[in-house]
Amino acid sequence: MENNTVISIQSLVKRFPVGGNFFTALKNVDLNLHKGEFTGLVGPSGSGKTTLLNIIGGLDSASEGRVRVLDQSLDNTTHNKRAKLRRKYMGFIFQSYNLLPVYTVFENIELPLILNKIDPTERIKKVNQAIEWVGLADKRDSKPNMLSGGECQRTAIARALVHQPVLVMADEPTANLDAENSHNIMKILTKLNDELDTSFVFATHDEKIMGYLKRIIRLEDGTIIKDEKTKKEHV
Amino acid sequence: MLFKIALKNLLGARLRTFLNVFVTSISFFMIIFMTGLYDGMRQHAKQVTIDTEIAGGAYWHPLYDPMEPMLFEDSHSVLPPEIESLVKEKKAVPILISQAAIYPNGRIMPVIMKGIDPRQNIVNMPTESLSKNKDVNIPVLIGKGMANNAKLDIGDSFTIRWIDSDGTYDADEGTVVHIMDTENFKLDIGNIWIPITKAQEMLEMKNEATYVSYAKEETRVNNSGTWIHRDVDYLIQDIEAAIEADKPSIQIMFAILLSLAAMGIFNAQVLSIFRRGKEIGTLMALGMTRTRVVGLFTVEGGINAVLASALTVFPFGVILWWTAEHGIPMPMDYTEMGFIIAEKLIPVYSIGLIISTTILVFFIVIIVSYLPSRRIAKMKPTDALRGKTVT
Repeated sequence: MENNTVISIQSLVKRFPVGGNFFTALKNVDLNLHKGEFTGLVGPSGSGKTTLLNIIGGLDSASEGRVRVLDQSLDNTTHNKRAKLRRKYMGFIFQSYNLLPVYTVFENIELPLILNKIDPTERIKKVNQAIEWVGLADKRDSKPNMLSGGECQRTAIARALVHQPVLVMADEPTANLDAENSHNIMKILTKLNDELDTSFVFATHDEKIMGYLKRIIRLEDGTIIKDEKTKKEHV
Repeated sequence: MLFKIALKNLLGARLRTFLNVFVTSISFFMIIFMTGLYDGMRQHAKQVTIDTEIAGGAYWHPLYDPMEPMLFEDSHSVLPPEIESLVKEKKAVPILISQAAIYPNGRIMPVIMKGIDPRQNIVNMPTESLSKNKDVNIPVLIGKGMANNAKLDIGDSFTIRWIDSDGTYDADEGTVVHIMDTENFKLDIGNIWIPITKAQEMLEMKNEATYVSYAKEETRVNNSGTWIHRDVDYLIQDIEAAIEADKPSIQIMFAILLSLAAMGIFNAQVLSIFRRGKEIGTLMALGMTRTRVVGLFTVEGGINAVLASALTVFPFGVILWWTAEHGIPMPMDYTEMGFIIAEKLIPVYSIGLIISTTILVFFIVIIVSYLPSRRIAKMKPTDALRGKTVT
């Protein structure tokens, strides 16, 4: 990666068809994120933060502009190439956890490793390690319906990090959690950010997590209105 | 990898998987059972016809046509020498056929009168009963269906009228000496059996016969003179034709059962795709390609079919085995309806039937699993993550 740049976005525009017209969700967004950053895309609902996160993750594509993630251009790339990028180098954390209901905690966390064709012995080792990170050793055989919201989100974090991706994207990861659980989750994420040097990008409007972010990018009506580095150091 | 995930998905969704597999398995079982039953009926009909009527084959008088009773008067002669030798060696039995009329209880009934050697053991008929009543003028053997139709019982006498070789009408009294319980309606309905020597005497056709049936292990004679050799394949062609005519109905039933299985799987797959939209989105976000997600759902369908096969082996396999061993008792006698149906139907489940059904069901399940899964290929990951599906 050039100059440790993980994400490079230039003149990004995203439009959605609404009825017979188009709604512009992102307008001329320019952004560079570097390795190990712990960044929040902050703004009210409809400001474009989830759309931006989805484009960075290759789940959606830009209408205009250039997007490079992990040294790969996402402009005009195939679905398969984007899928490979996500599989190998990215992790996702969702607001509603998105755990597979028929899998146990262990199996949910194991899934990215299966998709990356990691051999079974190595898989078990990595999953156990991820379970240790999030403190779910006693819940490894439980299914999501037997877990609390906080435990579900910790499982989702372990799943996002088990294959040690370069970049983790988290869409409102604390929105469904109470204050205590939100702080616990953020402590885990900051610790992993420090230990693994993984870059994190959050889409959030949750004030509780602002204090953990090293960089805050404020969005309003699809435009970056403020990009500030905090003086927060995790360790 | 897909197999492992698909298996986990199926095993994880316990009740949903069980219901899908159970429905497929029932259809699977019904297809094998009904086809086996039908095959069993066909085989039984063939076997009964061969045992009781055809044996190893026949030699026919050149004018004999079983479908043309008007020619019976002319279709008889003494046997060609080589066929005669077979008869003398008890390797063949001659049968003399003539039209006649009987008058049971004052009613007239047209019948086919057949003369047969009472001591024969070529076809499975109780003809020995014809030789046990020396004091009876014309001993007559009839079938149960014929006895019911004519209201005749053992010991009952009735007038038989026939035309002899000179074209002269003659009549005498026949007595029922035995009522046979045969599954072959062709020996029963409209037929009376008498000793061949008596028939030759009545018809003034000494040493003559209409056709000769020979033993199963016997080979064809070198010179059958003007008589025509008919092998088993020729003689069972009417049964084969009946079976062939019945094929469309069995094919329709087969298609209905298969459609039920296919619809069950199709429905389950469509529901899965609607209900599992978020799961599909998550898999895509984790880096699974659309093709692989489609593959995953198709493999799930395939595993469904494999599990259905396993469920068909047990417990349905036990039912299949039991019916093949013990048969299924029929509620009524079908002889009078012109069917060769056993009192107990024994289904025949050939390896070919099981393999072909398995392959067919498997193939159909894969197709109906794949078709709805193609919708996934049109999904945007962001829509799928929100639980939105393509309609």
